[in-house]
Amino acid sequence: MNKSSFLSGVLPVLILLGLWETFARLHLAPSSFFFPPFTEVVREFFSLAANGVLGENFLSSLIRVLIGFTAGSLCGFIIGTLMGWKKVAANAFGPVISLLYPIPALGWLPLLMLWIGINELLPIAIVFIACFFPVCYNTITGIKGIDNNYIRAARTLGATEWYILAYVIIPLALPNIFTGLRLVSGMAWRVIIAAEMVAIPTGIGSLLMQAESLVRVDIIIVCLIVLSVMCFIFERFFIYMEHKMTVRWR
Amino acid sequence: MPGIELRGVSNFILHNIDVTIHDGEFLVVLGPNGAGKTTLLNVIAGLIPYEGTVLFNGDGIDGLPPYRRNIGYVFQNLALFPHLSVQENVSFGLNAQSRNGEDSEARINRLLDDWGLGSVAHRHVGTLSGGERQKAAIARALATQPQALLLDEPFTSLDRGTSIYLQREIKAIQQKLGITTVYVTHNQREAEEMADRIAVIYDGAIEQLALPEDVFFSPGTKHIAEFIGSPNIFPCDTHTSLTRGLAEIRSGNLTIVIPDDGETVRKVAILPRDVYLSKTPIPGPDINRYIGRIDRLTPSQGHTLIQLQIVGHTVLAEQPTEIAHRMGLAVGDRVHVALMLKWLKVLV
Repeated sequence: MNKSSFLSGVLPVLILLGLWETFARLHLAPSSFFFPPFTEVVREFFSLAANGVLGENFLSSLIRVLIGFTAGSLCGFIIGTLMGWKKVAANAFGPVISLLYPIPALGWLPLLMLWIGINELLPIAIVFIACFFPVCYNTITGIKGIDNNYIRAARTLGATEWYILAYVIIPLALPNIFTGLRLVSGMAWRVIIAAEMVAIPTGIGSLLMQAESLVRVDIIIVCLIVLSVMCFIFERFFIYMEHKMTVRWR
Repeated sequence: MPGIELRGVSNFILHNIDVTIHDGEFLVVLGPNGAGKTTLLNVIAGLIPYEGTVLFNGDGIDGLPPYRRNIGYVFQNLALFPHLSVQENVSFGLNAQSRNGEDSEARINRLLDDWGLGSVAHRHVGTLSGGERQKAAIARALATQPQALLLDEPFTSLDRGTSIYLQREIKAIQQKLGITTVYVTHNQREAEEMADRIAVIYDGAIEQLALPEDVFFSPGTKHIAEFIGSPNIFPCDTHTSLTRGLAEIRSGNLTIVIPDDGETVRKVAILPRDVYLSKTPIPGPDINRYIGRIDRLTPSQGHTLIQLQIVGHTVLAEQPTEIAHRMGLAVGDRVHVALMLKWLKVLV
């Protein structure tokens, strides 16, 4: 990254933080209680980190996201691959998936609370649902978009269907699969926070709700910043992975 | 000995195809777009369903899936795997068949060197030039030592020079390996230059299977005559042998010098596309040079048919329309005409 692009990326953030700090310090908000300065928020962040509250809740959320995201993406990838590859699988799963896909992940929450109960499995199930459908659809799109001549060429070269799947179809569908993963990597954090706010007593979402009940705006902002940073890191990770795995030929 | 036989092959495009391609033969399938050329290749490769029988070296292969037919296929768009390097593309077939021992490695390296791809072996195919991509596709098709090679208009996207170079390379390799080859094209010149025999396909049926000169100078059906264009035929009135293996014939008021094989000449023919036209005198020895007058210009599908009067004979010439425009040809113009010896067909 050169100096000018670095500045154009960082400068707006610095200006925003500066305005925030000035606005709060000059008491331009109706009550400074509801709008603490940025430096206060940073101080609270370190305080929460030091006493272990932030770490404990963050770890709970992270584990749920990782399990739900991995399981949902993996299942979405497997079902999507089957549906893109074999017509019989597309016919079998297609109608059910088309019916369930439009339901927002959080729409499942009341039903899952009754079915699963309020326990560790609930937020994981919500993240699973949020990740499954987009990865599934993007995998199908990626596979269906492959030029049939690549598959025909592989067949005439003596490749079996499984070999073609492993060495032609999946590699060529990777850009689309990564698009799905990138989408859901941020979405997983957004839905876990929502699920924890509603139903689970631990995690960043739960901390948010506790802060709201104590009217601790500084803690709420800390939680939102953590959420934002995690979404950013996850998305960046998949952009990096996609670039690393497909840049040579795209 | 038959290399590939198709008996009563039909499907949604093809109608009752019966063809025997000899072992080691270079058969060109010639026809207009949509005639069923690619479908014919796909049937041989087992890529699409069909009725009838396909035999390789006398053995029926209808029950075999494509990956067990041992065919090398160069697709029209080449279908090189974009996520693999040149070397990985060329070795794909051997790896897929688990034939990846030391011999295979040596074979791949030899193929890459033979086709001048050694220096780009580790590059991705997207970074190659058009000619290099064609070579990589051919090398990939040959790597598994197939018993037949199918080529679907592989050189359409190349410039004329590269295309001619690669045509010669393909022909040389085919002769060296003695591999039965089916080459699909709509380019008549390409067909004439490469083929041992030509199968002309029209509307899903093979209308003529013959030697190139027979296809071009004795079209078997009206469709073929329309597709190829009727040749100019000059009946021979008198025949006089000259020196240096040449003879002179008279056809009406026209004198034509031809190669002399000592046989009785009935007619001399030349295709319209082989009649050379120029607005300025044509350089070279003054043999078969005439002055003609343009009677009619008929543009048709990228080409212009030019009807000429030469000493009382009507002669047809053909030029790509773009070139005819560039030459500024117009009805009534006087043009220099040459009937080149190499393009004259002597019918005995």
